[in-house]
Amino acid sequence: MRELINGVQAIVRGAIHSGCNFFAGYPITPATDILLYMIRELPKVGGIAIQAEDEIASMGFCIGAAMTGKRVMTATSGPGISLYSENIGLAIMGEVPMVIVDVQRMGPATGGATTVAQGDIQFLRWCTSGGYPVIVLSPTSVAECYSLTRKAFDLAERFRIPVFLATDKETALTISTVDVEVFEKVPVRERQIASAQADFVPYCATSPDEIPVFSPYGGAHILRFTTSTHDEHGQLTKSPEKVRKLNERLAAKVETHSDEIAMVKTDIQPGAETLIISYGVTTKSVEEAIAVAREMGGQVSSITIHSLWPVPEKEIKAALLGVCKVIVPELNLGQYSLEVERLVPDGVEVVGIHRVDGELISPDEILEQGGLK
Amino acid sequence: MSDQAVMTYLDESELPYFFCPGCGHGVITDHLNAALVKLQLDPHKVVVVTDIGCSGLADKYFTTNAFHGLHGRSVTYATGIKLANPELKVIVLMGDGGCGIGGHHLINAARRNIGVTVVVFNNFNYGMTGGEHSVTTPPGGFTSSTPFGQLEYPMDICQTVAVNGASFVARMTSFDKGLPDLLAKAIQNDGFSLVDIWELCTAYYVPNNRFSKSLLENTLTSLNLSTGVVHQATRAEYSRAYRQSVADEAGKATLTSHPILPHYRSNLDRRMGIIIAGAAGKKINSAATLFCRGAVLSGLWANQRNDYPVTVKSGHSVSELILAPKEIGFSGITKPEVMLLLFKEGAFTVHTQLAAMNEQDIIFINSDLLPVKTKAKLIPIDFTQTGRWVSKKEYWSIIALSKYLSDMQIYPLEAFKEAVSARSEFAEDNLAAIEAGEKLC
Repeated sequence: MRELINGVQAIVRGAIHSGCNFFAGYPITPATDILLYMIRELPKVGGIAIQAEDEIASMGFCIGAAMTGKRVMTATSGPGISLYSENIGLAIMGEVPMVIVDVQRMGPATGGATTVAQGDIQFLRWCTSGGYPVIVLSPTSVAECYSLTRKAFDLAERFRIPVFLATDKETALTISTVDVEVFEKVPVRERQIASAQADFVPYCATSPDEIPVFSPYGGAHILRFTTSTHDEHGQLTKSPEKVRKLNERLAAKVETHSDEIAMVKTDIQPGAETLIISYGVTTKSVEEAIAVAREMGGQVSSITIHSLWPVPEKEIKAALLGVCKVIVPELNLGQYSLEVERLVPDGVEVVGIHRVDGELISPDEILEQGGLK
Repeated sequence: MSDQAVMTYLDESELPYFFCPGCGHGVITDHLNAALVKLQLDPHKVVVVTDIGCSGLADKYFTTNAFHGLHGRSVTYATGIKLANPELKVIVLMGDGGCGIGGHHLINAARRNIGVTVVVFNNFNYGMTGGEHSVTTPPGGFTSSTPFGQLEYPMDICQTVAVNGASFVARMTSFDKGLPDLLAKAIQNDGFSLVDIWELCTAYYVPNNRFSKSLLENTLTSLNLSTGVVHQATRAEYSRAYRQSVADEAGKATLTSHPILPHYRSNLDRRMGIIIAGAAGKKINSAATLFCRGAVLSGLWANQRNDYPVTVKSGHSVSELILAPKEIGFSGITKPEVMLLLFKEGAFTVHTQLAAMNEQDIIFINSDLLPVKTKAKLIPIDFTQTGRWVSKKEYWSIIALSKYLSDMQIYPLEAFKEAVSARSEFAEDNLAAIEAGEKLC
């Protein structure tokens, strides 16, 4: 059975099926439709959705609601991420589970509101002070808009962290025919709530790379949340030992669990010395280019990165075995290729294919500029 | 909560306060505690949300829930908490600095009448960063960033929220004995409350201005400001008003799957790119979606990529459609096989694709747009021959798509008719437009 839907509808459906029950957002092209759908749809499942006075308030509402136990999501585009920045830091510090959708448009600044781009990829990773890690997922199709939204909610719960869905104007708004069967179901991860009987220490984690157990405002325990560097009780501290412990845990809870997060799709042709690394909307062009190249007798492999951050290094390194040339097509001036460059062995050539004119990179361009013709 | 009365909401182990000697913050904190004792609220159901600045140190003294957030944003966290769980009492403690940087949030929280209580620790300058001026620094006031005297007029925090819909607004000084009762009233108010409390910053504003209790009171008089309750109104509290307004939606079917069962046949055996070059407000995108639906009803795969400027009713509107017998990958069209050139706005934006088209390709063109330079075969459509449709330009894309289908038999016209019938709102006109297109053949 088939459907004709766009990425926005898939994201909204994925969010609702993941138990999302709170949404706050501010209108911005090309992400506005998510806000409008959520405002109409969430009340049907007993949820709350609201247009805030700006992007800063959108994040503030979501963070407050998340700490009462709601499953929250917000959606914006690059200029909105700029305004989300300070509260993204707060969500990292306070260990707030939340999903943030970035429907990328062309920058810098207002840039091209209705124009596709992939220019936020490094920005999402480094968008807040301190440089602590976040998780970024990137769908390549309408079906993946659904499944990765569900995965984003799953990971947000698992790691108590903001998880981004980095999509773009084309992936979100292009209407596509999809097979209903391809919508991958991700089980809803129940939030572990601190037992009412046991003592509760809001930021006491079970190990140096784990998360503290959650207790909502209004629940059985008193909850203390703070933007400042804190001890296990949520009280401000400058004790170097406690500060180090917190900061290292905020990084380790993501980085030492990259295996739980890594999502890639590899298409390895034995003996191929060329590897194409792609993500998001550009992947469709790569798949077509590879089909054409192989038909012409060429040998080429590919790896699609669904989890951009943390970088799935092990998976990329495995795909790099025996490869002499790596092609990285991106709708920016070369951002993820920076990550690829630090992973390739000496002597391996990295060829970036870039477009920042609002047009998609075509399969032909990949074949030509990648030397596959 | 036990039946025993709560004697204090302060954590004795954290006392004494960390505030400077003589600072009003400790007094206000004591009075807030007295108000909570008076109200006997369950500490589990109270959330004290603090802003940045010296007042942001106050939450640590309370045995209630606490949320210490970013500068100026405390009202947004409080709003999220209250919206999500209306049974909580949410109390925001912020300074005059927070009222400045977060003024927008204050105004909008008042407009919503969201049920939170804002307590402003107003000491006319930034105590934590070095005594810089704030939005409430009195005229001529000396601060580290106004060494020659404050030139800006002070913000009347109370009137700002009062004129924007707050339901309980009061002003007092930290010296007023009635403060605990007033704070209790503010917390009990079912809606947005704000209490603006004037006090002394003994670290900066007092020494920099030889300021004192009497000068503080003189400032109130010279600015024509009164103390006590300055505004009260009865309005629905937002978190409950929201729930009431959406109550009828509960249980309705949400975005569910609307599968399309193909039951027509198409002979298309390759990928076909179709561009509709139209104008905004002429239903180009919706006609294109219906056309795609017809294709899926015929067993094809369809993709629709829209291009438009930020304006809604002016400028171009271009839909790029791909039909194929199998799943579609790359959604761009470098060279279309078919173009529907309907409006001049769209014609201006498709130069590149037009130039790429060759002798095998076809352009259905509004005859008003002729001549056009192209290698593709031109099939003119004279909309003056469509009878009543000549003035209904928003149906021209349906008419042109119908003519295209009738001429080229990409998929059965019946499938297109079924697709438009599924959308009841314009079904009748759309069907009639399809028939008008059929007659053009």
